[in-house]
Amino acid sequence: MAAAATCGTGAGSTASVASAASKSKVTSFQRRGPRASGTDSGGLRLVSIAGTRPSVRNGQLLVSTGLPALDQLLGRFGTKNWDKYNIYSPLLFKYFLAEGIISGHTLLVASAKEDPADILQELPAPLLDDNCKKELDEDVCNHKTPESNVKMKIAWRYQLLPKMEIGPVSSSRFGHYYDISKRIPQELIEASNWHGFFLPEKRSSPLKVESCSLTHGYLKLLQFIQNIIYEEGFDGSNPQKKKKNILRIGIQNLGSPLWGDDICCTENCDNSHSLTKFLYLLRGLLRTSLSACIITMPTHLIQNKAIIARVTNLSDTVVGLESFIGSERETNPLYKDYHGLIHIRQIPRLNNLICDESDVKDLAFKLKRKLFTIELCLLGFKTTFFLLLWPRQLFFSCLTLFPYLFQHLEAACISWLMVSSFILKTSSVRLSPSYVAIALVLCSASHFCF
Amino acid sequence: MFPELNNLLNITPDRAEQGKLTLLCDAKTDGSFLVHHFLSFYLKANCKVCFVALIQSFSHYNIVGQKLGVSLTSARERGQLVFLEGLKSSVDVFFQANEEPHPLQFLREAKPGNLQPLFEFVREALKPEENGEAAWRCPVLLVDDLSLLLSLGVGAVAVLDFVHYCRATVCWELKGNMVVLVHDSGDAEDEENDILLNGLSHQSHLILRTEGLATGFCRDVHGQLRILWRRPSQPTAPRDRSLTYQYKIQDKSVSFFAKGMSPAVL
Repeated sequence: MAAAATCGTGAGSTASVASAASKSKVTSFQRRGPRASGTDSGGLRLVSIAGTRPSVRNGQLLVSTGLPALDQLLGRFGTKNWDKYNIYSPLLFKYFLAEGIISGHTLLVASAKEDPADILQELPAPLLDDNCKKELDEDVCNHKTPESNVKMKIAWRYQLLPKMEIGPVSSSRFGHYYDISKRIPQELIEASNWHGFFLPEKRSSPLKVESCSLTHGYLKLLQFIQNIIYEEGFDGSNPQKKKKNILRIGIQNLGSPLWGDDICCTENCDNSHSLTKFLYLLRGLLRTSLSACIITMPTHLIQNKAIIARVTNLSDTVVGLESFIGSERETNPLYKDYHGLIHIRQIPRLNNLICDESDVKDLAFKLKRKLFTIELCLLGFKTTFFLLLWPRQLFFSCLTLFPYLFQHLEAACISWLMVSSFILKTSSVRLSPSYVAIALVLCSASHFCF
Repeated sequence: MFPELNNLLNITPDRAEQGKLTLLCDAKTDGSFLVHHFLSFYLKANCKVCFVALIQSFSHYNIVGQKLGVSLTSARERGQLVFLEGLKSSVDVFFQANEEPHPLQFLREAKPGNLQPLFEFVREALKPEENGEAAWRCPVLLVDDLSLLLSLGVGAVAVLDFVHYCRATVCWELKGNMVVLVHDSGDAEDEENDILLNGLSHQSHLILRTEGLATGFCRDVHGQLRILWRRPSQPTAPRDRSLTYQYKIQDKSVSFFAKGMSPAVL
């Protein structure tokens, strides 16, 4: 996996699967005017900024993550992501930044490990309209296209579920597709406005704030972000600026020892509040400016579960990436088509009582040669037999499979009721093939007996 | 406010009780809809409200409030609502080394000792008018949320002290009400949060606990609400009354129903 190799987080040393989560911050800047947000939203006029889309539901500006499938999953709400992760997070991080460059947003990249300039060099190239369809077709043909058509015939119920895997419809303003096997063209990077924060370079400058309640690294980063927001007018402090823009902030590996934090080293650390305080202050900065932030955190290294819970509470969106590498699931035949699972742990509930939770909870991701795709985690059966949660669907799918069962409707009903109740007791979507085999045997047996 | 919840709790804006501490607790789900309920309830009941909003911005509460029929902006302008916006003032407090006391000045300290400035702010906000005329019914303190203070470095004991002082002033002296939200960390082994939650549970008159469903996400039932009426001053009183309902949150209201009686199932 070429893309994974570029992100070395040292996760190979951990034996267990790392659970990742991401989080997002939402901007609630709503009114143009001399005052920053936080004032009345009555009579608001949404500013129109390239690469954003106003949400009808709650009057907020939405920003794309760079992965249209993820945008859909995170609902119609704002899209700042924090990512805690293992190996695949850098990918989402790069998608977010690449989307910023394509949309013309200002970028702020912060890292304690890699030079931000290097990070930008590794961003994926955008898929443009003309060649994207051709390239995607190539990808799809490599897989079992004929089978997938057959699947849809039998498992007709699945067609009613929202399609998670979507090809690029068009090069729309909101959300683009990227080719991870190619690098972003140099001229696009040079044309964009970006700021980098590389912690090792900032150590020597003096501190203005005396308090030592934040770790040095976090403090410098916070000051840097605040300066950029103020100087470039993202908080509305400079009304003369003609064109409003979004600031996309990406912070890599927050919480790791490279930032000077020791939450990954011990369970009861001295400055355990440093990270959460930093996150709270960052949240305050983001709420009062036109900005979006993605943060990746190595939660598999954090020993204190309480901190993870607190960080989740401080975030807007939390997405977990659980890769199968190094876990027992890697060899599980059910998961052999996928590289990991995606857990959407939290979705923002901003300016609204409800949030747009997607119905689909079993999601897996796959890293193809050119694309990172998110799909419904279907059972890996090669047979055309799908087990769904409702007995009716089980029954109908079986009937289409075995038309002669129609003749023995009663027998089929009885046997299916037995089988489906048995299966429901062991219920989760991920049933092993052995249960299907039992079901098939029972079904055929009922045909022969009656 | 949600009329169905008012029926369940047996309260109306005209007959609001006084001197009570209500604890809102959420486990594995988001209980913030209860905060919106109580905020709009007390504003409609013509009470003076001091809202310490640490986790969300003013516009968030305002927009939801408008859906529920109250305008926070006009309440603030006529003096009925005193709003402390934690997010907006936090950065200013942290970076500007003012010597003036600020309710959130504990952000500047490495190990904050106590929340006295915050208490002074609340007391100042809710003190009765000097001229003796009562423009508003009773003072109400609303805090969203207390668990966040633990994340900012304040100890659980300091937070409990703060609640104690506020209770003494708001509930006892001024005959007002308090509503606080605390997250239940569940199995996250957050000891400080557990101390805070247990301590508050023993002091509260009313506990509203929202929980996610044990079986996971469901489209039609968003969670379960457990209502517990207590009498902390009379430990030997007959058993506390408790009720459990399930709820579904909609765009402008929340509907409650008995367990298993979701309209989607019936």
